[in-house]
Amino acid sequence: MWQFFHKLGSPKWFFGIANRLMPWLMWGGVVLLFAGLIWGLAFAPKDYLQGNSYRIIFIHVPSAFLAQSVYIMMAVAAVVTLVWRMKLADVFVKAAAPVGAVLTFLALFTGAVWGKPTWGTWWIWDARLTSMLILLFLYFGVIALGAAISDEKSSARAVAVLVLVGVVNIPIIKYSVEWWNTLHQPATFKLTEKPAMPMEMWVPLLLSVLGLYLIFGWFACLRMQTEILVRERRTRWVKALVQAEES
Amino acid sequence: MAFDARAGLRPEADAVSVFTAMRVVFVRDLRAAFRQRQDLLNPLLFFVMVVTLFPLGVSPEVSFLQLAGSGILWVAALLSVLLSLDHLFRHDFDDGTLEQLVLQPQPLFLLVLAKTAAHWVLTGLPLILLAPLLGVMVHLEGNSIAVLCLTLLIGTPVLSLIGAIGAALTLGLKSAGVLLSLLIIPLYIPVLIFGTGTVAAAAEGAPVGGYIALMGAFLVLAITLAPFAAAAALRISLSNS
Repeated sequence: MWQFFHKLGSPKWFFGIANRLMPWLMWGGVVLLFAGLIWGLAFAPKDYLQGNSYRIIFIHVPSAFLAQSVYIMMAVAAVVTLVWRMKLADVFVKAAAPVGAVLTFLALFTGAVWGKPTWGTWWIWDARLTSMLILLFLYFGVIALGAAISDEKSSARAVAVLVLVGVVNIPIIKYSVEWWNTLHQPATFKLTEKPAMPMEMWVPLLLSVLGLYLIFGWFACLRMQTEILVRERRTRWVKALVQAEES
Repeated sequence: MAFDARAGLRPEADAVSVFTAMRVVFVRDLRAAFRQRQDLLNPLLFFVMVVTLFPLGVSPEVSFLQLAGSGILWVAALLSVLLSLDHLFRHDFDDGTLEQLVLQPQPLFLLVLAKTAAHWVLTGLPLILLAPLLGVMVHLEGNSIAVLCLTLLIGTPVLSLIGAIGAALTLGLKSAGVLLSLLIIPLYIPVLIFGTGTVAAAAEGAPVGGYIALMGAFLVLAITLAPFAAAAALRISLSNS
């Protein structure tokens, strides 16, 4: 187990593993996501109250789900950065932050699109929406701080501290709909409880959430590879790799 | 001759107790600030001026100001704390005092706590003293003003403590000012929401005990955790320069 952990610290080793993983993540993600979306958007039954407009949850819920779990993953990586000074953990944080920001934006945007016909307004200052907006700002802050510090090591640790400080927001988002009586309904999607919606809606939702996870994994690997190539550009193995690519 | 390795390595470790060190840092920061009086006054003037912008820029109607007054005061206080944060570590960083602080045998987070306390006394406390005057100017009622001052009393230390993390993280960076706001404002939002929520509840005659307790919880959380994060951030920034 520890050998695996130490190997994980080597950018070169990770680069090779990512190469092998990425096709699986990509195709798995694309297939699941498309299956979930097509099923959800075209074949799942209409909601008796909201009609067809509810169908946006097949995009909204997965992106909101991922937006939060990407931040938690980043926080775990931040702990690894601070405790074990592992370079790859920081590479992950830097690679995941923009993806997380995009997912958060997507969740807010699709929520607004859904809110217009359902609540009659694009935006409302409700606890869940506001805390997601704060999450978006936190992602921006992480990206900005990472870009501002040029020294690689200090940048890694400073960003890790910031990510960990921002973690307080995650439980606030999670429980905002339970603590405060707000407009946004409680969690639609729980793995631990029997779903409140019929199976024909729940299964496609599950497929799109899983699909988006895989797609995120693919994106993360791709972006981490790029980041590794930039950081390790002076090492022999990267030079050999580039030369092999060119010839 | 008996050789005590610990005493050899840390000659002054036991000479100065932690509390003495904290007091020394606290008093030193206050004294240094009082030698630059204009710097003390600037955030307060900023506070007053931002509050004046709203009646002039949005509406001088009594009904609007009564509703928005507490929010205006809170936002202005938040911004002026944000502006003053740059001073928290900057001077000590520039003249090398900060490195000496980091090298002290006393735990750094406690010294950071002392510095933050001094920062609050210099910026947060005067804001609270000014708040009743501005509260009258935005037509808040007596009860609302009292509650507003109470929320500021609990809330501004939280602002200083969270701000210390941001100030420590951005220390020594070129575009520190804007970046600092970018990092810190998201973390300030919950304090702002509960601060103004308390005053709004008080204005409606609702009980405010629950709100005050939650803000107290923020304060306790910030006092216990923020100095650790700020101290860690300080070490990172110092190793960078």
